[in-house]
Amino acid sequence: MKIVTGNDLETGAVTWWSGDGWSLHIADAVDVGAHGEAIAATEEATRRVNAPYVIEADATSQGPRPAHIKDRIRAVGPTVRLDLNIKPADPTAGSWVI
Amino acid sequence: MYKYDQYDQTIVDARVEEFREQVGRRLSGELSEDQFKPLRLMNGLYLQLHAYMLRVAIPYGTLDSRQMRMLAHIARKYDRDYGHFTTRQNLQYNWIKLEDAPDILADLASVEMHAIQTSGNCIRNISSDQFAGAAADEVEDPRPWAELLRQWSTFHPEFSYLPRKFKIAVIASDQDRAAMRLHDIGLQVVRNNKGETGFKFYVGGGMGRTPIVAPLISEFVPATDLLSYTEACLRVYNRYGRRDNIYKARIKILLHEIGADEYRRQVEEEFAHVKTLGLDPPASEFERIAAHFAPPAWESGLPDTVDRSNVDFAQWVDQNVTAHKAPGYAVVTISLKPIDGIPGDASSAQIDLMADLAETYSFDELRVTHAQNIVLPNVRKADLLTMWQKLVDAKLADANIDLVTDIIACPGLDYCSLANARSIPVAQKIAARFADPARQRDIGELKLKISGCINACGHHHAGHIGILGVDRKGTENYQLLLGGSGAEDASLGKIAGPGFDEDGIVDAVERTIEKYRDLRQEGERFLDTYRRVGMDPFKEAIYG
Ligand code: SF4
Repeated sequence: MKIVTGNDLETGAVTWWSGDGWSLHIADAVDVGAHGEAIAATEEATRRVNAPYVIEADATSQGPRPAHIKDRIRAVGPTVRLDLNIKPADPTAGSWVI
Repeated sequence: MYKYDQYDQTIVDARVEEFREQVGRRLSGELSEDQFKPLRLMNGLYLQLHAYMLRVAIPYGTLDSRQMRMLAHIARKYDRDYGHFTTRQNLQYNWIKLEDAPDILADLASVEMHAIQTSGNCIRNISSDQFAGAAADEVEDPRPWAELLRQWSTFHPEFSYLPRKFKIAVIASDQDRAAMRLHDIGLQVVRNNKGETGFKFYVGGGMGRTPIVAPLISEFVPATDLLSYTEACLRVYNRYGRRDNIYKARIKILLHEIGADEYRRQVEEEFAHVKTLGLDPPASEFERIAAHFAPPAWESGLPDTVDRSNVDFAQWVDQNVTAHKAPGYAVVTISLKPIDGIPGDASSAQIDLMADLAETYSFDELRVTHAQNIVLPNVRKADLLTMWQKLVDAKLADANIDLVTDIIACPGLDYCSLANARSIPVAQKIAARFADPARQRDIGELKLKISGCINACGHHHAGHIGILGVDRKGTENYQLLLGGSGAEDASLGKIAGPGFDEDGIVDAVERTIEKYRDLRQEGERFLDTYRRVGMDPFKEAIYG
């Protein structure tokens, strides 16, 4: 699947395109098919999200899992500070990222 | 310590207000990210993987307790209760909200700090020896010269858009604690045989994609010519440095291409002209600056011995305490490298505590080291034990300075948008493997440095053992380098062979170190043994 991600203008937080807006949770990300670039361009023009881009992800039972480790780390937070993660101290976070 | 005059304060305050207005325009949508990005970078505000990151300049790594407390306050109020001390002697906050950035800069300005020139193709924060002013082996305190260069380079109109960023280090000892020859310009304060002060000029060093140890460009530039000669060095670079290829834009490439002799000739020619412009300040102005760095009122007649009856304390003294120029005093390095910690990270509470210790025990002064530790430069030997006990309580008493667990690690893929691989987990696994203090001491001085990409913020080329994270088809992979040094015996590490995964690199480091223990002769550090026997025996041990 293809999903769209960027960083929120105000907080810099990682955000995921959920079909009708931006979510902090990758589980909300939707498959954009061939429309990713168009969504990224439209959203960038509204100037609420920084540098949105399209990535490849696998559809899993826990939701989309980005193909590249960089985006998996972006989805969760620093692997060395699980206490700061989006779901603090999620014990499965480590294996999901690696 | 230098205190801002009205000009310093005015320009910093004005910059805060200018940035406040720019942030407002970005938040309102008036500015696009493309328009805003260069403006935020000029104020040290990056966008990293998870959030905005603010890099705060700490000129030549020197701070007082009031500034240190402000760093803690900002971490607590605007960030997530910690900061990261960097190899550039700066501090980075990882979780900044854009709307808070102007208030943070205003808070910094209230204690004579800023984030100007911590990004962009300009002259960056000047770095120096963390023991400056206290080191037993220095010719004189290098910081007044670093401050003069800071003032000259701040908003320098001609050098605000150089081909690439530009880093200057100033030291004043034969022992190099600042990786001086791995800077664009490395300066060593020296005295000639008439007793006059001047500078050895090393130009064109650097790490990154093309690591080079800077060649000597001038044996002795008189102190009265410092700014003119530096200006000439920059002018030649600004004129001929490449702007067509970001990977070839640093001054080291220019020197490499035209050769040190030709570069020197051009600098001399330019200097002859620049010197006529009256750029170098009168002696009175330099003395005004230098007066800020007058030694503190060290007491005389203090006991010059340390009670070593507590074994843990004695080991900490052996590892973390360095000779001071004044009898009865010592230089203390506080390790920010606990075994299970993150190299260079400190919580707000720890930052506050270090500020308190500086105020009580070190004439109100702290330093940040390029090895991501903190120095209290002026501690009475008689106070060492009491101070150490407070460090123990705050989990800041690791006795590992310059040992294998005192690892330099850049933020890597856990935070950095340029990274290929994570640095911090590798540092943590190596530290855990060598956690036994007796084993660390047996191995002795070993500088291990890790970067998460070729940009080399973790100084991997200069590590006795260096590790470089690379991306191998979407997975993290780590190259092992041996034989680098950022010290006075500067050298660049060589790649040992094929890379490893995360666990593999930890094993490879251990095999390298065990081989060293087999091969070493009396008194040899890892680096000495490596230089004596070369790569082959280590390669065999690593790859079998
Ligand atoms: S070396 Fe690379 S990964 Fe590490 S902080 Fe620098 S740019 Fe980021």
